[in-house]
Amino acid sequence: MADLKLLDAPPSSAERAAIDAVLGAPVEANGHRTARADRASRHLLLPALRAAQRRVGWVSEGALGYASRRLSVPPAEAYGVATFYALLALEERPADVTHACTDLSCALKGATVGPGEHPSPCLGLCERAPAKYRTVAGEAPFEEQIPAESLPLPQREGLRLLRRIADGVDPTSLDAYVAADGFSCLARARELGPDAVIAEVTASKLLGRGGAAFPTGTKWRAVRDQVEQERYVVCNADESEPGTFKDRVLMEGDPFALVEALTIAGFATGAQKGYVYIRAEYPLAHLRVQHAIDATAAHRDGFEIELRIGAGAYVCGEETALFQSIEGKRGEPRNKPPFPVQVGLFGKPTAVNNVETLVNVLEVLRLGAAEYAETGTDGSAGTRLFCLSGCVDRPGLYELPFGATLRELLELAGVSTVKAVLLGGAAGAFVGPDQLDLKLTHEDTRAAGVTLGSGVVIVYDDEAELVPALLRIAEFFRDESCGQCVPCRVGTVRQEEALLRLAAGRPHDDELHTLGEVAQVMRDASICGLGQTAANAVESAIANLKVFA
Amino acid sequence: MSTLLTAKKMIELTVDGQPVRVFEGSTILDACKQLGIETPTLCYGDTLTPVNVCRVCVVELEGARTLVPSCSRTAEAGMVVHTDSERVRTSRRLVLELLGSSVDLSTAPEALAYIEAYDANPGRFGPDAARVEHEVKIDNDLYVRDYSKCILCYRCVEACGVDHQNTFAIAVAGRGFDAHISTELDVTLPESACVYCGNCIAVCPTGALMSKREYDMRRDGTWDESQQEVVTTVCAFCGVGCNLELHVQEGEIVNVTSPEDHDVTSGNLCVKGRFGYRFVETR
Repeated sequence: MADLKLLDAPPSSAERAAIDAVLGAPVEANGHRTARADRASRHLLLPALRAAQRRVGWVSEGALGYASRRLSVPPAEAYGVATFYALLALEERPADVTHACTDLSCALKGATVGPGEHPSPCLGLCERAPAKYRTVAGEAPFEEQIPAESLPLPQREGLRLLRRIADGVDPTSLDAYVAADGFSCLARARELGPDAVIAEVTASKLLGRGGAAFPTGTKWRAVRDQVEQERYVVCNADESEPGTFKDRVLMEGDPFALVEALTIAGFATGAQKGYVYIRAEYPLAHLRVQHAIDATAAHRDGFEIELRIGAGAYVCGEETALFQSIEGKRGEPRNKPPFPVQVGLFGKPTAVNNVETLVNVLEVLRLGAAEYAETGTDGSAGTRLFCLSGCVDRPGLYELPFGATLRELLELAGVSTVKAVLLGGAAGAFVGPDQLDLKLTHEDTRAAGVTLGSGVVIVYDDEAELVPALLRIAEFFRDESCGQCVPCRVGTVRQEEALLRLAAGRPHDDELHTLGEVAQVMRDASICGLGQTAANAVESAIANLKVFA
Repeated sequence: MSTLLTAKKMIELTVDGQPVRVFEGSTILDACKQLGIETPTLCYGDTLTPVNVCRVCVVELEGARTLVPSCSRTAEAGMVVHTDSERVRTSRRLVLELLGSSVDLSTAPEALAYIEAYDANPGRFGPDAARVEHEVKIDNDLYVRDYSKCILCYRCVEACGVDHQNTFAIAVAGRGFDAHISTELDVTLPESACVYCGNCIAVCPTGALMSKREYDMRRDGTWDESQQEVVTTVCAFCGVGCNLELHVQEGEIVNVTSPEDHDVTSGNLCVKGRFGYRFVETR
């Protein structure tokens, strides 16, 4: 790409230094830049743009041009990438920016957007709603979650995944982690060998905790069985489903567990490297996980782990969009097949698991598959994390064996009245007060036509209004659609327009029929899960709660 | 021809109840074509990597949770495919309604034909339905970009990029309903990497990209395809010898294209071949 046309504006020296700090100083070979080496670093585009923005507060033409030049990325493509991510600013703005959550849980707690603040989708701080996220650019940039103080876990008994957090094991101390049994599971895995580890995970009947509930052992087996030897494991910590904060609590409170579990995943699948992709809005998790990675090199026996940070895109929680994002591209989901286990990150076989799923692997190895599977039900083994927020007395993260009822969970969290519960997040479904005896398992929720999704439980009491929640969900999907495929790009807009008319009492003739058909084309013909689930909550509210009847 | 010589394995699948044998590696769309089943496509181009984003070619594959894009889904032995089920027709109709309600399709003959064939009613979302609106970009003498006619099929981006030209002057920018084709920072084409090959125009299915000549004639009401004849010739500019199709109206060349199935050009030309024809009229 010797003739690549580049942007003319030069970067400021601060921008250049910030980008060079990520990419290393420019290498000259015989007086020429080594374009081939640069192009192979395309995956560093997002980190480079993030670094420039953290330094000066936005991505200027000079910074965009310099990053393009350093990485041999065509400027039009770099611009396409930069404009994809909501948290990257292409126009100059103050160094100190506050994003105010206006999403479901925060709206129930009186969220407001102050002067100069940017309205934001869910920030994953739902237990301490209303929440904000502040970014301060400069020589010593920082980000903060507001309120900053973590709440203590509301539940003390029967905890497994949350055990170390409840016990107050210092999340910044490797010694404390090791003293609390840390790295014993990795040692056990090495004793067993890769195939036996996968057999154990398979026998445990562990299902993915991200929403799709895919058997983890099957996924690992598929990666292990690939002929291709270059393989990756990726921890999906882009937790952005409105109402979800479980992975954040795990990463902030037990980061070494994630590192240990990802190392086991790498060992079992034969991957040489692992990535942890954390959403940008979790600055404390970035620090804790990075520290845990840095502190544990000796335990990982050559297995490399790299932290990557998102830039504001819900769709990047979709596994193939996440690969695109790590590769320095727009977070546009790929068509499947081929599946990630065959063609994943950098085109190589890849196992993607979210944080909660990975941490469960430690329990499988600690207890053994048989004992692990004794908890829960036949179809849903183990315990499950539930993110309680909205109209509850004790919001926060709960851990219950699969099979507990929704009523039992709500009693733990303390509710007075229940008009509706949103299960599984914006991509989940509403259930009514007549459905509180629903058993929280994959099989029971599936039979009821709902989902556990990412473990979201947002409670609406008798005083709470549902129509604004539906409008917010519709707005969320319209905002977060990547725009690639027609059903989702336009369907999410038409869905929101129809709901606005219904809410205003001025529906078109046949509005519900039209809404139903838009839902059908989104579910049937969208490329990825975002579009396929964008109508779920709305449809469930109409069906289960008769919202517009 | 080359596929015959390499003697690929054949596989058999069933489409709409009819068995069909295709070469391994073929798509479901290939199988449909072989059976003469008409399948609507918008983002698909014979010379481009399928991006399967328009979703108008979706078909029902037994055992699959959702519909699948026929243009990119590789055919597998034993697949059972339905292309005319109620589910398929509904999704195709809705895709066309969503596009027709948001984009100006007035110069998109295929899309308009599909809308009629599928009895789609883009007006059903009402007069206030949000539309893609952009000012027409006329920033050079050779071609015009009217992105309010853009269905975001990615074909121009692919043609400008690795599929054909490797110029990378344009990419998709923005997100969701605001996603659009753009140069870096939306600079004008003369400021961008564009080399005016016009291969993006050649693949655009909606007239969002159009030669300035055609744009002006349409504006003046003088563009009349029924009065145009196509004369095939060879480009005189260099030794490659690309095939040209001269579109002639009332004795004047009004447009130049190259046949897509030509194994040298694949429909592509350079700036001279596509736009350097006015000299012919100089006497």
